[in-house]
Parts: sequence; structure tokens; C-alpha cells
Amino acid sequence: MSAPTTRYAQVNGEPCRVWEKGAGSTIGFLAGIGGLTAWPPFLDCLAADHRVVAPSLPGFPGGGTLHAEMDGHLDWLLATHDLLDGSDLSGCHLMGVSIGGSLAAEAAASWPGIAKTLTLVSPFGLFDVADPVADIFAQRPGRIRNLMCNNPDNYDSVTSGVADEDELENEVIRTRAHESAARFLWPLGDTGLNKRLPRITQRTHLVWGDSDQVVPLNYARKFEAGIAGDVSTSVIADAGHLAELDQPQAVADAVLEFIGRGN
Amino acid sequence: MKMLFFHLMPYTELPEDFREKNPSIWVDIPSRYFSPGRAHLMYNEFIDELEYAAEVGFDGVCVNEHHSNGYGLMPSPNLIAATLSRLTDKSAICIMGNSLALYNPPTRVAEEMAMIDCMSGGRLIAGFPVGTPMDTAFAYGQNPSTLRARYFEAHDLIMRAWQEEEMFSFNGRFNQLRYVNIWPRPVQKPHPPVWVPGGGSIETWRWCAELDYVYAYLSYYGYKAGRTTMKGFWDLMDELGKDRNPYRAGFLQFVGVAETHKEAMELYKEPAEYFYDRCLHFDPRFANPPGYRTEATIRARVRSQIQSGPSAAQGTARDFDSILDAGYVIAGTPDEVAERLREVATTLNVGHMMMLLQFGNMGRSLTTYNTRLFAEKVMPQLTDLFDDEWEDHWWPTPVAADQRAPIRNPAQ
Repeated sequence: MSAPTTRYAQVNGEPCRVWEKGAGSTIGFLAGIGGLTAWPPFLDCLAADHRVVAPSLPGFPGGGTLHAEMDGHLDWLLATHDLLDGSDLSGCHLMGVSIGGSLAAEAAASWPGIAKTLTLVSPFGLFDVADPVADIFAQRPGRIRNLMCNNPDNYDSVTSGVADEDELENEVIRTRAHESAARFLWPLGDTGLNKRLPRITQRTHLVWGDSDQVVPLNYARKFEAGIAGDVSTSVIADAGHLAELDQPQAVADAVLEFIGRGN
Repeated sequence: MKMLFFHLMPYTELPEDFREKNPSIWVDIPSRYFSPGRAHLMYNEFIDELEYAAEVGFDGVCVNEHHSNGYGLMPSPNLIAATLSRLTDKSAICIMGNSLALYNPPTRVAEEMAMIDCMSGGRLIAGFPVGTPMDTAFAYGQNPSTLRARYFEAHDLIMRAWQEEEMFSFNGRFNQLRYVNIWPRPVQKPHPPVWVPGGGSIETWRWCAELDYVYAYLSYYGYKAGRTTMKGFWDLMDELGKDRNPYRAGFLQFVGVAETHKEAMELYKEPAEYFYDRCLHFDPRFANPPGYRTEATIRARVRSQIQSGPSAAQGTARDFDSILDAGYVIAGTPDEVAERLREVATTLNVGHMMMLLQFGNMGRSLTTYNTRLFAEKVMPQLTDLFDDEWEDHWWPTPVAADQRAPIRNPAQ
């Protein structure tokens, strides 16, 4: 498995890491809770047939510390736009997971030309008091990994740290990623996205782990009902919230099937 | 040395199996345990105890803010402080304090504290805590990632509201007010003394030093656990070129006094175990929301209050012998307690001692006994400490006695 190339996109004057690998039509990827400190096997599955570009959102590993200046929805929306734009992702097959999914959906709703198709893996953004999203910010030490993946080792393998940093600095990196998620999602994860789902006109693919403990599978129905474009849904067996980490090949197959191999 | 009587106002009738049956006394404590009728009696008893402490000579009475909490029944300490302003006439009234980021707009804090300063004739100590994660992030839903920035901005707004002579506009990151013009204004000039309760964040120490505020280390884990924190605080003061005036600092300590050592062991065992077993029972999932601890604090390896207690492996001491060994509670005869407190005050270099003389399920008669013995037999042994060398610049300056309103005199 070869390493991705690394470059940087400027967001409000701060560099955010952009990983890239593969050739073909472009898939833009916004990672989920915890971000990425290592290139995951899932993206290799996609990169076999596609150019895969994975920019880091502010505050997530590689994404600098701009999150500390971001106070509201507009700040996040514009940062996402600038990050996708600066990563040369306009018109790509846009994919986002978890928090990355909610921001991918926001970008697609706001700038239709930014995404040719949209793939959302267990996106945040909605909240139903009768069927609540898990409180990912109120977890006992060490428990978050159990919530994110069916096999917690899959979560650790791409979020536990940067190889050339010491453990303390890696703890700071991990904490910063969760703080950045809290900036946008606190306290419930309801970002008001429901109001903007009808603005999503792209062909959209929803992917959900069958045992997602964070955003219940029922939320797929809410996204299906709200999005204006054609929506298809894939439920991935034996996968948790970050389904692409638990079942990289199965999720990649579903994604490639949706966007069409080589397209 | 100044002695303050600190009351947490714990709910005193939690069942014996509370710990076994519930994950936490805070945030998600079941409401079925709360009897408003019993709380009516508790509140009145607690206010009596504070009033009594002022009567027997404590320099100050101290209240604090907690939310959704079974050991702290003061979501609004200002209500109790306002009551005390009418029931006491000499002691300082220390609100320890208002969690500034929770008030929208924060001028509410400036107004209420100014009211209490006026009502009490300038006896207010204004405590400005950031607030615990349980209170702020979970019970009040504040974003932990912006909590400190909001806190600092609220502080700036309140201090200006108290001090600026003319109406002004405030264009902050979180608060925008075209007209800031509080009525009433505090009696004390330029402002009431500001004390900052904290767990052990180095930024808080630095901030207190820069603005010349009192840093109050409020720990339930006693003087032994407090040594490291207070050493860190004083080391930083040295580094910043500040003097070692012990009145820069406050410290909380549980104390039980009795005529004999044996009696103290008998009397305070149950309330201490009630507190450390039933009350100090937090679910760690509420202890560390992302962003609450700053990156600098993580790097400095100074843990938040909850985490700076006993290590998880060690656990909190819950039986009386261990509680005493760990120094959470100081109990004994007046002479024993005085000797220990002298050692605590001098080794930690703390001029403002906040004594918790009601703790756990202690009832009125035992609290009164503890308070009276402390005032009569312990306090006189300690009150002169530090005063030959240091001046307390952080104590209220009330209006002159002949300018003071009579208290409790509705007939005239």
C-alpha cells in the first residue's frame, strides 16, 4: 500500500492538509469523527479506480487550528467550501462521513455545482428527540472507539496518532479533533440541515452501518424523505458508525456501484 | 488569616444505596430523590447555619453555584447571598461564584452582584468561576469549546459595566450590546474584590496574577492533594515576579471539631462517608467534554479538578479512616484542628481559608456545634496568622458603620 501525496489548501490563510492518491474521475472525501491520522484501507479501495482526494477539515488531524475561530454555521460552511475549492474538488463525486457527511450535505445544498454526486455515510445534522443521536461528547475515557466502530481497532488504526509525534502531542491531536466536532455539533448534532435537504438536487447515496450506535439507521429515512435528488441507500452488514473503517471493501463496492466504475 | 464559612447546601437525604443504583449525583440524578417539602426545611436550616456562622465571628460566609446536582442546591447562589445580606451585618458575603459564560447577557451578573453589594453595604466578594463541565457543558448545554472564550469576554463586559462612568456599547465576539448602563452599581470602588475559583489550570493562575485576583483552589480532596496545585501556583507567581502574599490565595477544607478526639471520630464519620460515598459520585463521562481543557493544560499535564483528585486506580477514599488519612477531612479537638490548619495554611501559603463545617448529611445541631467550637476555640488560635507580615488587598471595603442601613428593622 503506497502512501498518498500531501499538499495543502488554504482556508482563511491557514493550511489544511490534502491527501491524494489514484487516477481517474475524482472522489472528494471528508472524514468522520476523529479525522484521519493515517490513510485508511477504504480509500485505497477507491483509489484503485479513481483519483481520491481527502482534505482535512479545520481542527481535524492535518487541519490546523482554525476551528478555534469558527463560531457558527456560516463559518463552517464557508470553510468547507474553501477547503473543497482549494483542493480542486469542484464538481467531484463528493463523499462525507459522519460530521464530514453533514458538511458535504451542506456544501451540496449551498453550491449545487460543487458535487456531481453525493455520498453520505451516517451523516450528522438532524436530531429526533424520540430517537436521539448518541451523545458522543459525554463518553467515559476510552469509550469513543467502541461507539465509532464495531471493531474499535479499526477506529484506532486511522485516528490514534501521527507516527512522528510523541504520545502527548497525539493526545492533543485527538482531543482537538473532538473539540472541532463539538464546535460544530454541540450539543445535539442538529445543525438545522433538515431545512436545507430539499436544496440537495444531486443524485445521492446514503450508506449506513447496520449497527451504527451513533446515528440510528432510522435517520436514513429522514434523509431519504428530505433530499430532493434521487436517493439510494446501502446498509452495510456488520458495520458501525464509521462503516467505511469496519467494512472498507463492502462500502467501497457500494460507493463504486453508485458512482459507476471509472466515472 | 481570614476564615470563611462555606456551605455547599447538599441534599441530606439521599438513600444509602444511591451509589449502587445511580451512575452520578450530577447532571442525570433522578428527580424522584428530591422532595420539595424536605428541601424547604433544608434551605431554611442551611441559611440559619450561614447566619449563625456570621454571628459567631466568621470573617465571611460563602455560597456557590451548581446545577442538576444532589450535593449543591444553589443553582442561584445570588438568591442566598441576597438573603444573607439582610441577615448579617459584618461578615463578607462571598459568592463563589457565578459561572460567567452561562448568563446571557453577562450584564445580569454585573447587575445582581451590584444589587447584593448595595444591599449588603459593600460586603460582596465576587467569585468568577469558569464552572465545572457538569454545570456548564451538560446541565446548561454550553459549548465546551467556546466556554472559556465566552467566560473571558463576559468578565471584560462585567468589569467595564461596573467601572465605566458613562454608558457604552459592547461589540464582542459573543455579546453585542448597544446600551450597557447597569443600575444599580456596586458600592465598592473600583469594583468588589474578584476571586477566581479554579481546579488547577495554569492559564487561570496566570490570569489571576495579571489581573491581581485571588485564586481559590476549591478541592474536595483536602490539603494533601492540594499541595501540588498550590506549589504550582506559587512557583508561577515567583516566575511572574509577584509577591508571596498568602491573601492571593484561597483554599477549601472540610473540618470537624469536637471536645475530644474520640467524639470527633464518632460525630463526623457518618457525614464524611455520606459526602465521599454518596455525594462525590460522578460519572466520568461528564468530566471532560472536548475543548473544556485547553491544549496548554493538556500539555502541562495538569488535570481538571475531577481528574486531579485521586487517580482512577486509587479511587476516592470513602471510609472515614481513609478519608482522614488522605486529608480530605481534618477532624479532632480544637487544638488538633488548629495545629493542622496552621500547618495547612503555612505550607500551602493560603490566607483565605474556606471552612466546610457542614458536610454530607450533617444536621443543624451538629453543624451548629461544629461551627461554635470552631469559632470559639480554633479561630482564635489562627486569626493572627500572616497579619504581621501581609495585608489583605482582596477583602471587601464596606461603607462606614454610621452610614449603614439597620438590618431587620421593618417597623421603622
